[in-house]
Amino acid sequence: MREMIKMIVILTILGTVSGGLLAATKDWTGPKIEYQQLTFVKGPAIKNILEGASNDPIVDRFKIGHEGAESSFFVGIFNGEANTVAFEGLGKGFGGDIGLMVGVDLVDDTIIGVGVTTHSETPGIGSKAKTDPTFTNQFKGMKMTAIAEVDTMSGATVTSNGVSGGVAAASKMYQDLKPQILEQIKAFK
Amino acid sequence: MAKTLVQEFTKGLWEEIPPFRLVLGLCPVLAVTKTVENGIGMGVATTFVLVGSNFFVSLLRKFIPSKVRIACFIIIIATFVTLVELVMQAFTYPLFLKLGIFIPLIVVNCIVLGRSEAFAFKNGIVRSVADGLGIGIGFTLALAALGAVRELLGAGTLTFWETPIQILSPTIQPFTFMVEAPGAFICLGLMLCLMNLVGSK
Repeated sequence: MREMIKMIVILTILGTVSGGLLAATKDWTGPKIEYQQLTFVKGPAIKNILEGASNDPIVDRFKIGHEGAESSFFVGIFNGEANTVAFEGLGKGFGGDIGLMVGVDLVDDTIIGVGVTTHSETPGIGSKAKTDPTFTNQFKGMKMTAIAEVDTMSGATVTSNGVSGGVAAASKMYQDLKPQILEQIKAFK
Repeated sequence: MAKTLVQEFTKGLWEEIPPFRLVLGLCPVLAVTKTVENGIGMGVATTFVLVGSNFFVSLLRKFIPSKVRIACFIIIIATFVTLVELVMQAFTYPLFLKLGIFIPLIVVNCIVLGRSEAFAFKNGIVRSVADGLGIGIGFTLALAALGAVRELLGAGTLTFWETPIQILSPTIQPFTFMVEAPGAFICLGLMLCLMNLVGSK
């Protein structure tokens, strides 16, 4: 009986110490991991869209909740003014969700760029949405309030529709949240 | 038979070098050694886990009841592996992406558990750390050597710090087979053979 209790006590202590240590490490590395993930997963698309910004958009970010989920907004500072944000919309693709980074000029609501972040589309067919910018470039210059039809990529209709859906989702989010975005972005001026 | 501290350390480098002499922990050895860099990264992570777990197993060996020792080892090892995983994610994210699932799998690496069970549970702290360090560095060297051979033959390059350095002339068609999974087996087999040839003198 004594041995049994000893085993339980030792295992409990070990487990507790280990759990505490890991929780502390998680707390410490959490923000760094988030930054790394943003840099390597979403970073290329963000950098591409907000090219020429004088700040690091991955550092200058804020979060707003929308329909039960939180979205990150990345701020781009051009000519000394925080007038641009990039954020992610989700579209339904052929192999699952397509993450779509959309950059918007807050002054006149125009789209300054669209880029695919994460996707699981067919390599070589649907994946062209990410690698070949001609398709996503069609969204450039559109008003966020009036998304027009675009030419689909031949052979990748579902992916094309998914990307358009993602832009539409981003557009809806933008119109819903614009007052909040304008409020939050003041902090970056 | 009592070995000196230096011997405990150096035995891991040649006499008991894990993948070649003990033929243990082959899963990561075969899977991650596509490039030198991956091999070294995996080796360093394993070394850290080995030293940490050997230290704590040895420190706590008087308190751990032998009936539940394996469970205790696993808790200690898993803690260190998770530490490595988090730190790697925070500081060397591209390497973490490449090593992927093999980092959490260090928990079930037979070298780590083997050293806890066979050595650290029976020996003092200093000796255990020396043993862990030796075996870990040996493992790293083995992975780096295997990675170097495979990458050199398979891609004609050697990768350090994210930058591939072209070694073989680009006009030579690389022997792509070597970076594929079967190439790993063949390369490991040949290296084992070579080690035995040299060792049997």
